[in-house]
Amino acid sequence: MGIDFDLTVIWAFIIAFAVFAYVVMDGFDLGIGILFPTFKPGQERDQAMNSIAPVWDGNETWLVLGGGGLFAAFPLAYAVILPATYPLIIAMLLGLVFRGVAFEFRWRDKAHEKFWDISFTAGSFIAAMAQGMILGAMLQGIDVEGRAYAGSWWDWLTPYTLLTGIGTVAGYALLGATWLIWKLEGASQAHARTLAKKAFLATLALMGAVSAYNLVLNPEYSDRWLTAPEIYITGWVPIVTGILALSLLGALRKERNSKPFWLSIALFFLGMAGLGLTIWPNVIPPDVTIWEAAAPEKSQIFMLIGVAITMPLILAYTGWAYWVFRGKVGTEGYH
Amino acid sequence: MFENADALLLARIQFAFTVSFHFIFPAFSIGLASYLAVLEALWLKTGKQLYQDLFKYWLKIFAIAFAMGVVSGIVMSYQFGTNWSVFSDKTGPILGPLMAYEVLTAFFLEAGFLGVMLFGMNRVGKGLHFFATFMVALGTFISAFWILSVNSWMQTPVGWSVSEAGQLLPEASWFDIVFNPSFPFRLVHTVIAAYLTTALVVGGVGAWHLLKDRTNQHARKMFSMAMWMAALVAPVQIFAGDMHGLNTLEHQPAKVMAMEGHYESHPDGAPLYLFGIPNDKEQRLDYAVGIPKLSSLILKHELDAPLAGLDTIADEDQPPVFPVFWAFRVMVGIGFLMLGLGAWSLFARFRKKLYDWSWLHRAAVVMGPSGFVAVIAGWITTEVGRQPWTVYGVLRTADSASPLDAPAVATSLIAFVIVYFAVFGVGTWYILRLMSHPPHLGEKGVKRTEKGPVRTAGITPGPTQNPGADPDVLPESREEATDGN
Ligand code: HDD
Ligand code: HEM
Ligand code: HEM
Repeated sequence: MGIDFDLTVIWAFIIAFAVFAYVVMDGFDLGIGILFPTFKPGQERDQAMNSIAPVWDGNETWLVLGGGGLFAAFPLAYAVILPATYPLIIAMLLGLVFRGVAFEFRWRDKAHEKFWDISFTAGSFIAAMAQGMILGAMLQGIDVEGRAYAGSWWDWLTPYTLLTGIGTVAGYALLGATWLIWKLEGASQAHARTLAKKAFLATLALMGAVSAYNLVLNPEYSDRWLTAPEIYITGWVPIVTGILALSLLGALRKERNSKPFWLSIALFFLGMAGLGLTIWPNVIPPDVTIWEAAAPEKSQIFMLIGVAITMPLILAYTGWAYWVFRGKVGTEGYH
Repeated sequence: MFENADALLLARIQFAFTVSFHFIFPAFSIGLASYLAVLEALWLKTGKQLYQDLFKYWLKIFAIAFAMGVVSGIVMSYQFGTNWSVFSDKTGPILGPLMAYEVLTAFFLEAGFLGVMLFGMNRVGKGLHFFATFMVALGTFISAFWILSVNSWMQTPVGWSVSEAGQLLPEASWFDIVFNPSFPFRLVHTVIAAYLTTALVVGGVGAWHLLKDRTNQHARKMFSMAMWMAALVAPVQIFAGDMHGLNTLEHQPAKVMAMEGHYESHPDGAPLYLFGIPNDKEQRLDYAVGIPKLSSLILKHELDAPLAGLDTIADEDQPPVFPVFWAFRVMVGIGFLMLGLGAWSLFARFRKKLYDWSWLHRAAVVMGPSGFVAVIAGWITTEVGRQPWTVYGVLRTADSASPLDAPAVATSLIAFVIVYFAVFGVGTWYILRLMSHPPHLGEKGVKRTEKGPVRTAGITPGPTQNPGADPDVLPESREEATDGN
């Protein structure tokens, strides 16, 4: 599995980066949505929501970059994966509708605040579950004939995709809980810490289960993880994951402030790296490689110029926006 | 075969439904973001409380409209792949990069500065806050730029070749692709449309409050600003629309034939039909009422100029005439009504009755939502008139759809319809409720005297939850909190 460093590979990494940025950043937003009902109505819930209100829109934009980027850089993949996971995509979009408007609506209508809180949670849960299942549906392989999806509209529904879906929900909950540890104080922070511990155990167990399932899912996957020489490239992933998991547990026990959040992100990074190694160099397993799905060079270069110019600016002002709202939500009423 | 035709029709309805809903919000937020930037600039320049109040008043409304625009937009960016996968595969190399540029240069910009604009007033200085507002406004404009370039390329495709796999590849320079022949016209016309739409909403709200209390300074200010906009920009829009139509005549003559209801060719001077019932089957305009030769005068600037009709276009290449013909008349009719309202306001100004003429205010209230009707009618003209093509003359709509079963598309369509009407209906109601409160001195959340405990709400989002408990909540939010039920 040598890597030819050409434009297509660069684009695969850019898309992977966008997806990773999305998963982490909207991951903690969605995670907070998932955990929302466990917070007390009133100040606790308001604080949890206020901790992400100024940034959620920017976080969600990475999803548009992931999807739009796929359309631009790998049009064939976009044209196959979306019809193949059609009901999941629609469910995710509708979930995001409910989640997104809840940020504004719950403040506008005291009488229906409960309703919008529920839709915040339901929307977040559905979006997270659907995203995890889309990932699972890709990993288990998609039926392609010519340049089109050739399966039926229920192919994506298997025990495996349910497992990846729940795993994603748990992982997002972990991100959300550790973000809240960082942003909250006192009793609500303690509550977030309890949640984080539970989500951590669930995430770890489900990551393990998905990895084990991958080995039986497709003989190529198990070759890649269990036989030499591939194992020299892939073997470090479980080891580092183990180390990270232990330090995350330690950070939670020692009641550290922001460290659990950063370690959770690192854990997600490892998870994604693992998945990337599993399917490389396919973009639609089992057969379509990134080169087969790639846009022509002229399109790739044009976009690469755009990314090179805008990405540093985007990262800079996004960082600034986070900086403006740094610190505990509770120390100062910032609205 | 039949199954497929059903899925295609359902996919078309779904796209039309979701994009029409989406566009309602940008049409408002493009204009409102600029209006907010103007209000904040005036506040910074003059230091007048009035401008700050107006800024805060509209900011709350903007926050809701923008949120609805964002969530309905995310749906759009996935609609291409879910329902139009063949289209996506074929046009991806050309349209994909343009949409990627939209994300990189517009969506991140808007979203990145939105948080500071909405919540950051007390956290960053005034100057930086204005900068954030300005960036959001700029982002909405850049967004319109790219997405209209995409749409225009589909209307007037240039600079492409076909690959072995059937993909459309970029041949010409990117500059030529972005600035394709219909793009400059569509950009100008659509951005002005957004400004007009917003001006009429602002004017309608101002007029509504003037009808209740003519002395309300805030209502006066916004009414006056909005009427200047309508008076100055409506004529420009009509001119731009005319230019747009001439451009369309050059590149998509069949669309103009449908707009005009010209089934038959007119070798010496074509009439302008004011009314008629298009009858595609018989290929004629029933009950037609027209002014002789006027169409030739408008389109060719010559009374006797010949104009070809749909009889010169093969049946399978004709757009459905009825929606195009009528949508076009609705848009143009509203355009002239806006012109009339603007002229009336000038006359009222001249007679120093701008704030006292109840009939003018009533008319402005009635015209408040007219911009939305006009923009949707405009898009129906544009999009249905483009049929039966998705990429004009290159890719047919029938060959663009995803290989989906009709039940899958039907189910998702029903889900979209229910969710959109419920969620966006409620959101619109919240907006209307905010608008029903008169804007006044010290729009809330301004003067914070002490560093209090965490507040449940402030400038936005919205009215505080328990006004009694919070020392620095100003009167308006009390009103809002009790008023709602
Ligand atoms: C406030 C909104 C508004 C108003 C008052 C008008 N329009 Fe418009 N029109 C639009 C908003 C709009 C739009 C939504 O922006 C469209 C849809 C797509 C586009 O390019 O612009 C449009 C499309 C559109 C087209 C179709 C172009 C094409 O796609 O081929 C024509 C010919 C006109 N307009 C002409 C006019 C004329 C002659 C008007 C004068 C009375 C007018 N419009 C008023
Ligand atoms: C940018 C990419 C776009 C694509 C690929 C696209 C494609 C389509 C397609 C395939 C249809 C169905 C064809 C039909 O109904 O006959 C349609 C219809 C429609 N589109 Fe577009 N469109 C685009 C942009 C837009 C935009 C930006 C708007 C407005 C905001 C819009 C407004 C409409 C409307 C109102 C219809 C209704 C037509 C009908 O009922 O038939 N479109 N479009
Ligand atoms: C098929 C066509 C369209 C697609 C795929 C699309 C896609 C999107 C997406 C993904 C967003 C959310 C961005 C975010 O996360 O912040 C959005 C918002 C927005 N779109 Fe669209 N859009 C379409 C049509 C249009 C048109 C025709 C315009 C204007 C002329 C427009 C202007 C905007 C603006 C200004 C926003 C910011 C949010 C708002 O103002 O409501 N879009 N769009």
